[in-house]
Amino acid sequence: MYKHILLAADGSENAIRAAKEAAKIASCSNDSIIEVVYVADFEKAKTEVLHSGTSEALNIARRKKLQLIEQLFKEEKIQYKVTILHGTPGPEIVRYANEQKVDLIVVGSRGLNSLQEMVLGSVSHKVMKRVNCPALVVK
Amino acid sequence: MQSLKQQWFGNIRGDILSGIVVALALIPEAIAFSIIAGVDPMIGLYASFTMALIIAFAGGRPGMISAATGAMALVMVPLVRDYGLEYLFAATILTGIIQIIFGILKIAKLMKFIPNAVMIGFVNSLAILIFLAQVPHFIGISTITYVFVAITLVLVYTLPRFIKVIPAPLIAIITLTVIAIFSDVELRTIGDLGTITQTLPSFILPKVPLSLETLQIIFPFSLSLAIVGLVESLLTSQIVDDMTGTESNKNGEARGQGIANIVTGFFGGMAGCAMIGQSVINVKSGGRGRLSTLVAGLFLMFLILVLGDLVVKIPMPVLVGIMIMVCIGTFDWSSFKYLVKAPRADAIVMLTTVIIVVWTHNLSIGVISGVILSAIFFVVKISTVKIQQEGNRFIVEGQLFFASTEGFIKYFKNIDIQSKTIQIDFSNSRIWDDSGVGALLKVEELLGDKGITVEVIELDSPSKKVIAKLGGMSSSH
Repeated sequence: MYKHILLAADGSENAIRAAKEAAKIASCSNDSIIEVVYVADFEKAKTEVLHSGTSEALNIARRKKLQLIEQLFKEEKIQYKVTILHGTPGPEIVRYANEQKVDLIVVGSRGLNSLQEMVLGSVSHKVMKRVNCPALVVK
Repeated sequence: MQSLKQQWFGNIRGDILSGIVVALALIPEAIAFSIIAGVDPMIGLYASFTMALIIAFAGGRPGMISAATGAMALVMVPLVRDYGLEYLFAATILTGIIQIIFGILKIAKLMKFIPNAVMIGFVNSLAILIFLAQVPHFIGISTITYVFVAITLVLVYTLPRFIKVIPAPLIAIITLTVIAIFSDVELRTIGDLGTITQTLPSFILPKVPLSLETLQIIFPFSLSLAIVGLVESLLTSQIVDDMTGTESNKNGEARGQGIANIVTGFFGGMAGCAMIGQSVINVKSGGRGRLSTLVAGLFLMFLILVLGDLVVKIPMPVLVGIMIMVCIGTFDWSSFKYLVKAPRADAIVMLTTVIIVVWTHNLSIGVISGVILSAIFFVVKISTVKIQQEGNRFIVEGQLFFASTEGFIKYFKNIDIQSKTIQIDFSNSRIWDDSGVGALLKVEELLGDKGITVEVIELDSPSKKVIAKLGGMSSSH
């Protein structure tokens, strides 16, 4: 089965739905672990640092976005860990997934920013195209 | 923290490529900031070269880019206008000395006391001032000037979608300069505002009299420059820390900035500091180590030596367009949401910082005023106590100390109590000093006169200690 499942999360509604699907797959086997990956976007670094003051506060603010997902996994008693990466979301997730040789990647179909999506294309689309493992896009 | 070898050679390929990208993006900015300061473009270009070069070795934050900046240029305007270039070089050297002293005194720790609101006000007012500095170069000159500014803006915002390797401002400059040369349009160029010399900077002592009078002239500017430079450098290092997920030496950075400014002053450059925009470009382009900063400085100098002749032909409106882009990138657009959502006091501090900077054209005065104002707000906030009545129980909320006792006593003076005993609940409060104990005693006496017994409950142990020290005067014993 899928041992190392990477869940790309950004704090959106879609990411929570993706988390539920990831949980279903992980619960099929005892030794599955879900790695919740959040990418701190380079484009937002300046704004986030300005508005958070300390790096500790910023770290908490980012973890808060994953709170609902962590809760879900705790309730379902699924092994998970959280990784925070820094970069441009799409390429960074692809790089990490390929480097870590994960068995499955789960992403929501749509993120937070629809305007950016219109201009740049969606993160999920980029991930689907370039990742070397099976990918599940959750609607 | 990484080893020195790691900081230099841990990312050679990425550092060289990103350093080149930064050098290309630095040229228009260094020129534009020189024009803001009222000096020849070479002064900013030399400064960018020496700042980057020295910071690569002396800085505390690998991967951060330092050069001539808008924030520093704005501070030095009156000095250049009233006293001239030589005084600017002397002030730059003194700026460096002050920054080294700040570094030794571990002033970076004090930076933690600059609240977010002031930092947000800092970047916003910086953006507004850089924009205002562009106005004389494009408003009411000619229609073709407006056209070139507009085309530049369209280019710098649309090109990055198609061409990612070369910075869009550089493509805009090259194409529009070529078009301007061959289309015979009437546009002011950089050459109209200053000259470019294709030589390496050389060591020179500033030609100023070594007197107390000179010191009196340059010291206020140097102090302002030192503060502004450190504020922007430490903010930038926090951003680079976050982007790279690493830590850096903040006091080391302050010392490094000082050393770089001293060298810059002796080599005929204007005071500089770290740049938010360029450092973000560097990290995004793959730069992580000290090598990237060094390459940026060296390649910048190389470009000047090779391309100096062409630089003077760049039309001013193109530079203005690029500066407008820099303003838009510098301004914190989430500030509008912040003004609505943040606590009132924070919003006022942010706005005040912006207004004072735009009013005085001095970022350091804005920062200091902002810090003082937020300190006042903080004192006001902690010196108010709230009291909630629940039957016979009065719950105190807030700190009871010399600044807050008045409100506490007043509340009990004015209240109309029917029952014979009341409880004052300190579970959400603490008594800090003699004044606090005194206030409590006074309330007990006041109510005692009316025949009401007071029972003090839920005192925490630090409060009890303060009361015990005064010999158990309160009835809570």
